[in-house]
Amino acid sequence: MPTRRRALLILAALTGVALLSILLALVAGSIRIPPAEVLAALFGGADGVSGEVVRSLRLPRALAGFACGGLLALAGALLQVLLRNPLADPYVLGISGGAGVGAILAILFGVGVAGISGASFVGALAAMLVVFGLAHGDGSWTQTRLLLTGVIVAAGCGAMVALILSIAPDHKLHGMLFWLMGDLSQASSPGLVLGVLAAILLVAMPFARELNLLARGSDMAQTLGVQVSRLRKGVYLVASLATAAAVTQAGSIGFIGLIVPHLVRLAAGNDQRLLLPASALAGGSLLVIADTLARSVIAPQQLPVGVLTALIGVPVFLFLLARDARRGR
Amino acid sequence: MRGGGAEMRTEAPLLEARKLTVAIGQRSFCRDLDLSLQAGERLAILGCNGAGKSTLLSVLAGLRAPQGGEVRIQGATYAELGARKSALIRGWLPQSRGDAFASTVLETALVGRHPHLERWGWESAKDAQIVRAALAAVDLADFERRDIQTLSGGERQRLAIATLLAQEPQLFLLDEPIAYLDLKHQIAMLDLFAKAARENHAAVVMVLHEPALAWRFCDRVLLVHGDGLTESGPAKTMLTAERLSALYQYPMLAYECDGQISFIPR
Repeated sequence: MPTRRRALLILAALTGVALLSILLALVAGSIRIPPAEVLAALFGGADGVSGEVVRSLRLPRALAGFACGGLLALAGALLQVLLRNPLADPYVLGISGGAGVGAILAILFGVGVAGISGASFVGALAAMLVVFGLAHGDGSWTQTRLLLTGVIVAAGCGAMVALILSIAPDHKLHGMLFWLMGDLSQASSPGLVLGVLAAILLVAMPFARELNLLARGSDMAQTLGVQVSRLRKGVYLVASLATAAAVTQAGSIGFIGLIVPHLVRLAAGNDQRLLLPASALAGGSLLVIADTLARSVIAPQQLPVGVLTALIGVPVFLFLLARDARRGR
Repeated sequence: MRGGGAEMRTEAPLLEARKLTVAIGQRSFCRDLDLSLQAGERLAILGCNGAGKSTLLSVLAGLRAPQGGEVRIQGATYAELGARKSALIRGWLPQSRGDAFASTVLETALVGRHPHLERWGWESAKDAQIVRAALAAVDLADFERRDIQTLSGGERQRLAIATLLAQEPQLFLLDEPIAYLDLKHQIAMLDLFAKAARENHAAVVMVLHEPALAWRFCDRVLLVHGDGLTESGPAKTMLTAERLSALYQYPMLAYECDGQISFIPR
């Protein structure tokens, strides 16, 4: 039986995890800064190299990572409900494909960081409009049709990315590959993505119980009092914007959007009133931890964080799945 | 299931179809159908596979727009009422269900309480009580914590009925309510809806494939021939071997025994 009290307890625990993960991100790295100094740098305004590193390098990166992870997990949770498909992730509808084409083209033509972000956002929006326009077509709007349109658009984008990679000059390949695998090293302005994350949670939460119904089928939801067509368009729009914002900031970081909603579902059930905020917190924490590892495991060299999210997420997911099977649910 | 709702009944029929035309593509299932159902009445819809029974039912449920005419529940159209207010009046039992995600039996039945809750509301102890009573009514009292994906077809069907009972509508639109059910539960479920009509002034429309059960549990019958022709009338006069032979395009024999009737294919 779902209760508000249980949901609040779980969310409080996850908030604790999120704060710890951010603290870890501030402490660890190529130079290790003790927690006391980190706190001094945050609240006391300590000077010196460590203060500078914490405030202007690690904190923005950790917050941007948290926001992107949260956005991806939230988008994944929303799309799994919208498509009624546990295998859906934020990239299944081609949004990251579009962003990828935009970003890779921008890198190819050598525009700066802002240009890459701008181009990837434009690419994401273009993919979103194409998929929505084609899937919406004659007004009927089935999950299968939306999913197929998205998958095909994503495949087309993938082919274009491969084409550009194969003709790109060698010295640009490294940057392109890092972008494609997901990379937070350019993420320096967390305010915008954090704002988007907060706004999307605020917009989605009032509809959380209606999403529970949508997950059980659109006709069922309609006869139980949900305005289904409006809700589905809203979910599509919100999930697409969340994905576009995250991908623009951090490239296509894989696995978070697929695995985190499942982790939360396995651990705490499939009530969207809890699942949505819990996914945002857990996704944010996972990405912050993965990014901390990515820049400290073989420091000063950095690994693409998308590789680590998969390396952490896959075993945790398999463990939970096996535990669930043993319980005989 | 309803407390105190009986006094508030209005003059308007619970379900009313005026000049209803339902078609898919070139094929029309009914033309200019007039239908009116008062509280306490039970209507069976009979017809061959693909004759448009489910399509007609989903039009009556407001899930699909008719090609002509209109549907009113308690005197108002679905558009006038809005999704939420409609959900407090009419409940719909779908023919098929696909469960994409794991969920417990209790949580699934609690979904039926949605129209009764405020936007930020959570299910209260009273809601849980209503849902547990509904589960007990369909013989699923001990199944609360079971995952729905482990249920048999008949158990899943009864859970859908429990969810519908938890919704506490006044108008039940049932698409093959006894599909997958064993004989005992077929009668038990039909008794349940008959009781809802008798004691709680609900109106019930059900798509059935068994004319004998329509004869026993419904007071009116709508025969859907599939070519746009429909006939309706009192169950006892409509359900004859002759009419059913024409409806199913197969010779039927009526056999009466012990106050019950059975229709046997020749």
